[in-house]
Amino acid sequence: MKNDKHPHISSYNQHITVLLVLLILTFITVAVSGLHFSTFSVGVALIIASVKGATVLTYFMHLKYESLFLKLIVAGVFLVYALVIVLTFTDYLLR
Amino acid sequence: MSSTEKYTHESYLEHKGKYKGLLGWLTSTDHKKIGLMYMYAITVFFLVAALLGLMMRIEKIAPGPTIMDAQTYNGVFTIHGVIMIFIVVIPGLAAVFGNLFLPILIGAKDVAFPKLNLFSWYLFMTGAILGLFSQFVGGDPPDTGWTFYVPYSAESSTNVIWALSAAFILGFASILTGLNFIVTIHRMRAPGMTWFKMPLFPWSLYATAWIQVLATPIVGITLLMVIAERVLNIGFFDPALGGDPVLFQHLFWIYSHPAVYIMILPAMGVVTEIFPTFSQKPVFGYGAIAISSIAIAVVGYFVWGHHMFTSGISYWSRWFFSFLTFIVAVPSAIKVFNWLSTMYGGKISLKPPLLYAISLIFLFLIGGFTGLTLGALATNIHTHDTAFVVAHFHYIIFGGMGFAFFAGIHYWFPKMYGRMYSFRWANIAWGFLFLGFNVLYFPLFIIGLQGMPRRYFDYLPQYQTGHVISTIGAFILIIGIFMMISNLIYARKKGALAGPNPWKGVTLEWKIPSPPPLENFDEIPVITHQPYFFGDTNDED
Amino acid sequence: MSTHPTHNEHHDPEGSKIGMWLFIFTELFLFGGLFLVYAVFRNKYSAEFHHAAEELNAFIGTMNTVVLLVSSMTVAMSVTAIQKGNSKKAIGLLILTVLAALIFMVNKYFEWSHKFEFNLYPGSDVVKGLDHGEILFYGLYYMMTGLHALHVLIGLVLLIIVIVRLKSGRITKDHYSLHENSGLYWHLVDLIWIFLFPLLYLIT
Repeated sequence: MKNDKHPHISSYNQHITVLLVLLILTFITVAVSGLHFSTFSVGVALIIASVKGATVLTYFMHLKYESLFLKLIVAGVFLVYALVIVLTFTDYLLR
Repeated sequence: MSSTEKYTHESYLEHKGKYKGLLGWLTSTDHKKIGLMYMYAITVFFLVAALLGLMMRIEKIAPGPTIMDAQTYNGVFTIHGVIMIFIVVIPGLAAVFGNLFLPILIGAKDVAFPKLNLFSWYLFMTGAILGLFSQFVGGDPPDTGWTFYVPYSAESSTNVIWALSAAFILGFASILTGLNFIVTIHRMRAPGMTWFKMPLFPWSLYATAWIQVLATPIVGITLLMVIAERVLNIGFFDPALGGDPVLFQHLFWIYSHPAVYIMILPAMGVVTEIFPTFSQKPVFGYGAIAISSIAIAVVGYFVWGHHMFTSGISYWSRWFFSFLTFIVAVPSAIKVFNWLSTMYGGKISLKPPLLYAISLIFLFLIGGFTGLTLGALATNIHTHDTAFVVAHFHYIIFGGMGFAFFAGIHYWFPKMYGRMYSFRWANIAWGFLFLGFNVLYFPLFIIGLQGMPRRYFDYLPQYQTGHVISTIGAFILIIGIFMMISNLIYARKKGALAGPNPWKGVTLEWKIPSPPPLENFDEIPVITHQPYFFGDTNDED
Repeated sequence: MSTHPTHNEHHDPEGSKIGMWLFIFTELFLFGGLFLVYAVFRNKYSAEFHHAAEELNAFIGTMNTVVLLVSSMTVAMSVTAIQKGNSKKAIGLLILTVLAALIFMVNKYFEWSHKFEFNLYPGSDVVKGLDHGEILFYGLYYMMTGLHALHVLIGLVLLIIVIVRLKSGRITKDHYSLHENSGLYWHLVDLIWIFLFPLLYLIT
């Protein structure tokens, strides 16, 4: 029907680069967990995990080369989930 | 009016696949046959649960035990709720009319994944049968109510695990149907059918499908957690181990409130097809109706907390959930205004489908306004967990979704089977249904306001008048249901041939023979104008 | 009209891909429910979560993270290989992925059985004797990693099916939808682990 054009083929080198980035981030998150940021540590860990997750979504899961629609629904789904968390915590944090 | 007349083409009903007879049905991936299989199964379950409801009403005709004891009553209202919610209403319109008519309305030969579609039906039946098992396998029937609230559901010695597993599997079936419909709508619309040339029933199914995909997994994991609580004693929801029962309520309603929109959105979609056809006039405010479906889905996802106003959630979250609850009433009201405006100035022919659809507006309005009463923080404290709530959600679910189903079946029956039913009996049955419904549920508003709690099998003498009237209504309603079903079954066998377009409808299903042939269209249609374009209707005979 | 139903033969790789993504969303929300429970309890019992998490073996956790990341790359590479028409290479890369999955499961087995030796399983007397936060941490730990391990197994089965079909030539350069979608599923398994790992093993 639409956007049946040729699929984008990611190169092997790109995959290797992405893996290296992910491994470095893993190393950082393990190293940082040794330091004690107290309440910030969960934030730091989550930020690094989110960067890793975004990398997997963008390159391994090929989102960068997909239709705008797919990008939007993936973003939308994470937004919905974030709102669920926020709304639940309006209860737990403000009791 | 000859009963021996036959239509001349080979329709999906006669088509033989690899197997004949029942096996042919059970292995068919034809979306129309799957839709009918859902309908037959759902009808059987609906009748069972309706009779259980009647038994509950009889029990309450006088204070004290009349026909059952308290524990039996707990079991009966639980299974009534589980069947009605998870087996009848949630799949109801989407799985039956969605399967039957979504592909036809968008000019496709089938859904995107026909085998997955059949698989969903089998999952649905597995879940439904597991639900029945919960009544009969050793031990007592579950007695937690359909909401499975912890800590009781983690402790009750009855067959709660069976009911939980049933709901889990039914949820999965619902997810797969939703997934199928989203891809179908995205990928299989006929050439020329842009999003805003798509009929409004598919729009409502699209919004519904997204909730099915994004909300159902949450209840899936929640039910798994309750199962884990029972089997492994983990303690997520057990205060004695540090857990939090209110957290269960959050998780449960994150799904189960959007589930209400899984029920009502397709219902709104069905009647939106009916009003233009019987007014012979384009639908008023097409874009507003389409967008309001999406708006209801989006906002409806975030109002779950209004079930928990008395559970001790924080002040600000009560404020916020109440606010969102009022917001979600806006797109619902937009639809009602549009239906009325569609009829205004039209050539109205009050055939049975329109009769049912109009009564839906009436009942849905009562349900909706009482919903606002419940959504307001102050009045909620007074009415929470009373018969008022029971009346409210029956007005929405039965009066909205149930009457939409009746409207839909009367609208599309001639297309599904190629035969027409008796209008006279359909109208008489409507009279019983409408009268019985209001006599049954309206008194519950009043005794609810007076303080009659829900789910109690006994009550104080001052509530008896209300209960007696309500029970009388239940009998009238049941008579109406059987009258309607008999009329349709008779028409299925002996009704006169309906022809391809008995209502002079203009959407795609009326441009193909009745019943439709196996793959709906000999040639995929090319869409050139709006779905409700009544300008030139005589391209049919 | 043909004598047998032909409507099953509708091929639409883009449609299948959207379908797979929708399924991935449901999986994300399935785990999302658990993450929500985790967030609520971690907020309530942060000290106890910290204490209990120290019992977990961060080394095995890190190793499994690396294993899954590598497997995610090999599966992505195998898709590249089949897109370029090299099914031998695609099969080789998928076998590496399957090996990685097996290593992950073996690690998991040792990790769990080590805990079982100390009676650290949900509902055991040892666990019930712990503080509330620790009980909940272990409950979440088993539920989350258990559900994740189940997904690893499902992914494993999918990958093996893809290998078989590559061998029999049913997945080709022009027809690799199943391959691509199984790959997406495998990345999902990785994606969830990326969040599980710091939240369970690296609490400070």
